[in-house]
Amino acid sequence: MSFDAHRCPNGHVTYPGHTRCPECGEHQETTIDLSERRGEVITWTHSTATPPGVRQPNTLAIVEFEVEETSVRAIGQVTSDDVETGDMVEPVYAEELRDPDIGIKEPASQEWDGYRFEPV
Amino acid sequence: MDVAVIGASMTKFGEREEWIRGLLSQAGDACLDDAGVVPGDVEHLYVSNMSSGEFEGQTGIMNALAHDLGVMPAYSQRVDQTSSSGGAGIYAAWQSVASGASDMTLLVGGEKMTHKTTAEATDIIASITHPVEYKHGLTLPSFAGLTARHYLEKYDAPRESLAKVAVKNHKNGLDNPHAQFQKEVDLETVLDSPIIADPLRLYDFCPITDGSAALMLCPVEMAEEYTDDYAVISGIGGATDTHVVHERDDPTVMGGVVDSAAEAYEMADLDPEDVDVAELHDMFTILEFLQMEGVGFAEQGEAWKDVEAGRTERDGDLPINTSGGLKSKGHPLGASGVAQGYEIYKQLVDEAGARQVEADVGLACNVGGFGNCVITTIMEANA
Repeated sequence: MSFDAHRCPNGHVTYPGHTRCPECGEHQETTIDLSERRGEVITWTHSTATPPGVRQPNTLAIVEFEVEETSVRAIGQVTSDDVETGDMVEPVYAEELRDPDIGIKEPASQEWDGYRFEPV
Repeated sequence: MDVAVIGASMTKFGEREEWIRGLLSQAGDACLDDAGVVPGDVEHLYVSNMSSGEFEGQTGIMNALAHDLGVMPAYSQRVDQTSSSGGAGIYAAWQSVASGASDMTLLVGGEKMTHKTTAEATDIIASITHPVEYKHGLTLPSFAGLTARHYLEKYDAPRESLAKVAVKNHKNGLDNPHAQFQKEVDLETVLDSPIIADPLRLYDFCPITDGSAALMLCPVEMAEEYTDDYAVISGIGGATDTHVVHERDDPTVMGGVVDSAAEAYEMADLDPEDVDVAELHDMFTILEFLQMEGVGFAEQGEAWKDVEAGRTERDGDLPINTSGGLKSKGHPLGASGVAQGYEIYKQLVDEAGARQVEADVGLACNVGGFGNCVITTIMEANA
C-alpha cells in the first residue's frame, strides 16, 4: 500500500485525506506518497495503558514530512521504544498494526495495515 | 430571552451499583426537588450521554428518563458530543429556553462506566478517533502524553507544574462530598506514580466513573417564581476543531477552546479578567494549562507559571476547579459538563459550602475528544 497525503488545488496537504480541504474547502485532487520519504519526530509518547489488541507499551510519534514547499504531519507507531524529539524516521510497512478482532470497531469498517516509523 | 438556572443536583460520583437509568433518575429527581418544579411543568428534557449503548446496551435513555420522572409529554432528546455531551446539553437546554420553545427545561447528564475494565473503557472512548489513529492504537491518554511532552519542551515548563494541577484538584476534592476521591495527594506521589503515557503518569489522569448531574433552566422572568437566588447563563459558545488531532498547526493550542470562549465572552460582554471562578476540563493535567491559555486566563505557554504561583488555588485570585475537577471528582463522560455547571451554579448562589469562594461570574469549559468539540459557558449571579 502507499502512504498517501492528499493535496488540494491551492497546495494545502493533509494526512489523511478529507472530502474537502480543511484549509480552503476545495476538493482534494492529488496524492503524495510519503512511504519513501524521511520525516522528523515532533513529539512522542510511550503509551502503557493500551486497549485490547494493541501492543504494550505502544510507542507513538507525530512526524512531520517536507513536501512540495509545505509540510504535512502523520501519526503512528514507532518501531523502537528508543526515540527522541527531532529524530529522523522513515516509514516501514506493517500488515497489521493491532488485532482487528478484539477492539470495539467493526473489523471490516477500516484498514488495519499501515506504516510504522523507524528511527534512522 | 435571558435564561436562568434555578436548580441543580448531582449524585455521588464513583463506582456505583446503579445502571444508567437509575443514575439519571436520581439526579433528575433531586433536581426537580431542588428547583421546586413539579414534573408536569417540564416542557423539554435533555439527556447528555456519550455511550450508554456501547457501555451497557441501553439505548433510548431520554424517553426512559421522561417516563421514570413522569414528565411526559415533554419533548426529549439525547445529546451526544462525546466528553462534552454535558456542555452540549447546557447549550441545547439554553437554546430551548432562549428560543421560547420551552418555559421549563430539565437537563440530566450521566454515564455508567466502571463495570468495564480500564482497557475496555479506554477502547470505547478511543472509538471517537479517526481510523488512521485508531489502527495505531491511539487513545485519549496517548494524545495527552504527546501534547504534554510538546508543551514542556516548547515552553521549557517544569514537569512538576503539571503535577501541581493534580495536587491542587485533589485538595479541592477533599471538600466535595460528591467527589470520587476525597483524598489528598502530594507532589512525590504524583511524580512517582506509574507511567501511563510518558511524560504523564497515573495521577495526571482522571479516573473512570459512574455518576449523574442535572440543571433546571427557565426564562429569567419566571425564575423568581421559584427562587430568589438563581444564576443567569449570560454567554455560551460551542466550536469544533480537527477530528484528526495531529493535523492542528500547533498541538498546544485547542482551537475549539479559543473559539467557543470568544463566542461566550462576546455574548456575555465580558472579558477573561471578569471571571471569578472556573471549572476546566482536567481529564488530563495538561488540559488545564491548554484551557487556561485558550480561554484567556494566561498567555500562550505561561499557564504553568500561574499554577506554580498558586493563582489558581481556592484562595488564589482565580480559583480553578473548586469542585476537585474531573481529576478528583471523576469523569462520567456525559455527566461531567453538567457537573461543571452544577459547581458554577452552587458558587454563584452561595451554596458551595466548604468550597465557597467569592464569585459573581463563573466560567465552565467542557472539552470533547481531545479538544475536538468544546462548549464554554459563562454564568452570572442574579444579584
